Amino acid sequence: MGGFLAQILNGLQYGLLLFLISSGLTLIFGVMGVINLAHGSLFMIGAYLAYVVAGLTGQFWLALPAAVVGGLVFGAVLERGLFRKFRQREHLDQVLLTFALILLFEEARAALIDNQFHAVPVPPALDFSVPVIGGFAYSAYRLAVLAICLAVAGGMVAFVERTRIGASIRAAAENSEMVDLLGLDARLIHTLVFASGTALAMLAGALAAPLQSVYPGMGDGFLILSFIVVVIGGLGSIAGAFWAALLVGMIDTLGKVYLPEMAGIAVCGMMALVLLWRPSGLFSRG
Amino acid sequence: MTRLSTKGHRWLGLGAALLASMPLWAAPYYMQLASSALIAAMFALSLQLLTGGAGLVSLAHAGFFGLGAYTVYLLGGGSSVFVSVPAAMLLSGVAATAIGRLALRTRGFYFLMTTLAFGQMLFFLFHDTSLGGGADGVFIARPGLIWAVTKSARPTVFLLLNLATLSLMYFSLWKLMGTMFGQALAGIRVNEDRMRAMGHDVQGLKLAAFIVSGALAGLAGHMAALTDAFVSPELLGWHRSAEALLMILLGGLGALHGPILGAFALTLARELGQSITERQRLVEGVVILAAVLLLRRGLAGWRQ
Amino acid sequence: MPAMSRRSMLEGALGGALGGATATLLAAPAIAQGATLKIGLMLPFSGTFAALGEAIAAAFALYLKELDGKMGGRIVELVRVDDESDPAKAPSNVNRLLGREKAEALVGTVHSGVVMALVQAAREQQIPLIIPNAGNVAATRDLCSPSVFRSSFSNWQPAYGMGKALAAKGVKKAAWVTWEYAAGKESAEGFGDGLRSGGAELTKVLTLPFPETNFQPLLAQLPGLKVDAVGSFFAGGGAIQFVKDYAAAGLRDKLPLCGSGFLTEGVLKAQGAAAEGIQTALHYGDGIENPKNTAFRAAYKTVTNRDADVYAVQGYDAAQMLAIGLAATKGDASAVKDISAAIRAAKIDSPRGAFTVSASHNPVQTIWLREAKNGENRVIGVAAESLADPGTGCKMA
Repeated sequence: MGGFLAQILNGLQYGLLLFLISSGLTLIFGVMGVINLAHGSLFMIGAYLAYVVAGLTGQFWLALPAAVVGGLVFGAVLERGLFRKFRQREHLDQVLLTFALILLFEEARAALIDNQFHAVPVPPALDFSVPVIGGFAYSAYRLAVLAICLAVAGGMVAFVERTRIGASIRAAAENSEMVDLLGLDARLIHTLVFASGTALAMLAGALAAPLQSVYPGMGDGFLILSFIVVVIGGLGSIAGAFWAALLVGMIDTLGKVYLPEMAGIAVCGMMALVLLWRPSGLFSRG
Repeated sequence: MTRLSTKGHRWLGLGAALLASMPLWAAPYYMQLASSALIAAMFALSLQLLTGGAGLVSLAHAGFFGLGAYTVYLLGGGSSVFVSVPAAMLLSGVAATAIGRLALRTRGFYFLMTTLAFGQMLFFLFHDTSLGGGADGVFIARPGLIWAVTKSARPTVFLLLNLATLSLMYFSLWKLMGTMFGQALAGIRVNEDRMRAMGHDVQGLKLAAFIVSGALAGLAGHMAALTDAFVSPELLGWHRSAEALLMILLGGLGALHGPILGAFALTLARELGQSITERQRLVEGVVILAAVLLLRRGLAGWRQ
Repeated sequence: MPAMSRRSMLEGALGGALGGATATLLAAPAIAQGATLKIGLMLPFSGTFAALGEAIAAAFALYLKELDGKMGGRIVELVRVDDESDPAKAPSNVNRLLGREKAEALVGTVHSGVVMALVQAAREQQIPLIIPNAGNVAATRDLCSPSVFRSSFSNWQPAYGMGKALAAKGVKKAAWVTWEYAAGKESAEGFGDGLRSGGAELTKVLTLPFPETNFQPLLAQLPGLKVDAVGSFFAGGGAIQFVKDYAAAGLRDKLPLCGSGFLTEGVLKAQGAAAEGIQTALHYGDGIENPKNTAFRAAYKTVTNRDADVYAVQGYDAAQMLAIGLAATKGDASAVKDISAAIRAAKIDSPRGAFTVSASHNPVQTIWLREAKNGENRVIGVAAESLADPGTGCKMA
């Protein structure tokens, strides 16, 4: 029984991390109408940033604000420089351009850092374990990640649901012309959404770095999973992404325990069920 | 989507004749290289029915290609091509039916993302389970042809076989695009809602295109397995779907023969790239950027 | 460095561009004795395994330099191809080495899927192939061939040694944790066989898909298994993370962790205190005292500025084995039967300790028991003396 509780905790923690990645993705899709296959690479960049910052300063905690600020700047640059232009392009062009970004980001990583695996040490203050039931201990850092993810999720929901900018983001996610009617600069909203999406993915990467090390192609698996989360939750829906991420995290974790060969297939299978039942996602308003 | 005129076909024919004459003048390595370009062309051409034909961008296509290749493994040794070819097309077609029915319930980005996820589901099926012999890939016994092929004759035989298969596939699609079906697909690409309003069974048409294109990808995969006698789960990965899309874009989205040009161009670019640098991703990334940003109408549209 | 060219750029580019018209009409078969002998190094030079590929290539070149760049009396030119650890690209990369570069012998590779394509070509065309890492048992079991040799290990070997050592220490029940792929399964078999050889048993194998590093779901199951010890096969980043997560889950004091040597190979610094005291079994380690090892480590350090690791040793021995075979045939790489006989008869003077080659062409070698201490995998004893892979199903043609 204790083992099962630990697995629930594992699923929760994995799902919340997944939420950080997919929430940005779903807003970018919803608001801007661009597809970004390189979103998983942003996760990777965040993780490598944490590796570099923690290595240079010896302070892992600096990596988190660095990932957020770096992500906002990098995201804004990407949006202004590239994605703004992609919006007018056909889907095929968007798919290929962002596929090229994956290749180039990987190449840049190989050139700037290297092709090795690197461990990122857990911050010393949290380098201890908290016993849970059944002879299994849970690392304090994992619990901290869980708390940080929950706080960010709460903050995002409050921001999107309660503030004026949030209201126009929601409006834009449903109908991009609405933003113009509300008298807000749609272009500013786009930059803001893309920059925050990038920052969230990079923050997720930085948080995950001590949990899974940094290595080439580490964002690939998360890309597929976060797409599934977006499809299940419904395009542009933060609440949808939240519940879908928890669901996917839980199924993936429990799948690995009880049907190790089928975990990857089970997650896709669940997406198939949702598509049969509600083709536009569980939380779409349409 | 434009179909080539007679004059255009003379050029394609000339290219085919050049390839067919390779056994007379080229070393086996270059025949093998041509074979892999021909297989890539079949794969991209099968996707062109969906992408250029109906305007659907699918990332599940490598899954059908890989399924066709793995059919040869699943049949076990000693089967004949007269069994393995229909079996590969059938298996891929059935998978395309199941996935198409689900994925086509969605449109736009949803379609992209769901095809990506379903394609990866096929990948996981072969990568994580022991169904296809495991994550490392396996040797397979080649299906029997009518006559026994000696080792030294293989490059020649496979080159000609792949050339013939591609030609057959191309002409079937060329015919198909000239029918009502082809025109209806083109209508969907331009304006789906209008076609629906005119009373066309848009869903049915798209599904039909998805199935035919999946089955043809299975045929391409089968030819890859026959040529290489080796299959691995990487054949099903979504990166290969993206590469097929690249070949389509490189060759020209608007032309049925575009993917053939694109496949040969990409194979050549890779071959050159590999002689110059070990940074393969850089080469591919740059090719994509050039294709998307500079060659808007693809190689097929160059002359216009 | 001896003749380590990346193929002349222009010739390659032209050859490709003209569909091979010029390059191939001119390329007469150059097997004549005394002509340059091309050896194809198909290794990962990019991606996850790039460091391993570089270590193998550097050590291979190091031994070649000791031979003044010659094997069997012929000047050797090494041709590198990056296999990207991508099995789907493997057949065409092999074709490139054999067809275009006209390599007469092959060395490769790390990834156990990619090596299948090399084995296939070596078997079909009877080209000598030395595998400097990939440990899938098939290459020296069902798929064994007079032309295929391995200078490294079979996945079965180190795990067998670990199982045997555990049983000797009185462990009765153990579990094995690994990735779901061939190397994982084969090492699990070896571990089980090793345990059984000492009257213990393997009661549970836990796996997760390669190369995922989310180990939590597996770790949480371990306390409930009622075993005395946990063994594992992971490498690279997976190994780093697994050892750290194992410690963080508070399992170290209750369930001693051990494994195939790759668990702590080249990653000790990253694992830090979490790895301290972990025992592993491998065919190489720190503190092996023989003159060959001392000389090799010094020379390797001078050339590469890095410390030699097990991969470098395997690359060095691949060169030794190929040189022994080619010396016997005076540089004729096509005389596979004679090459095979010479390598079979030889005692290879390896930095790991001298070894011989079994009937199925896998090293018969000592598996050392090592303990991680102060960033080193100190050899503390012998896990299995002169251990041969069972070679089940090998029928040499």
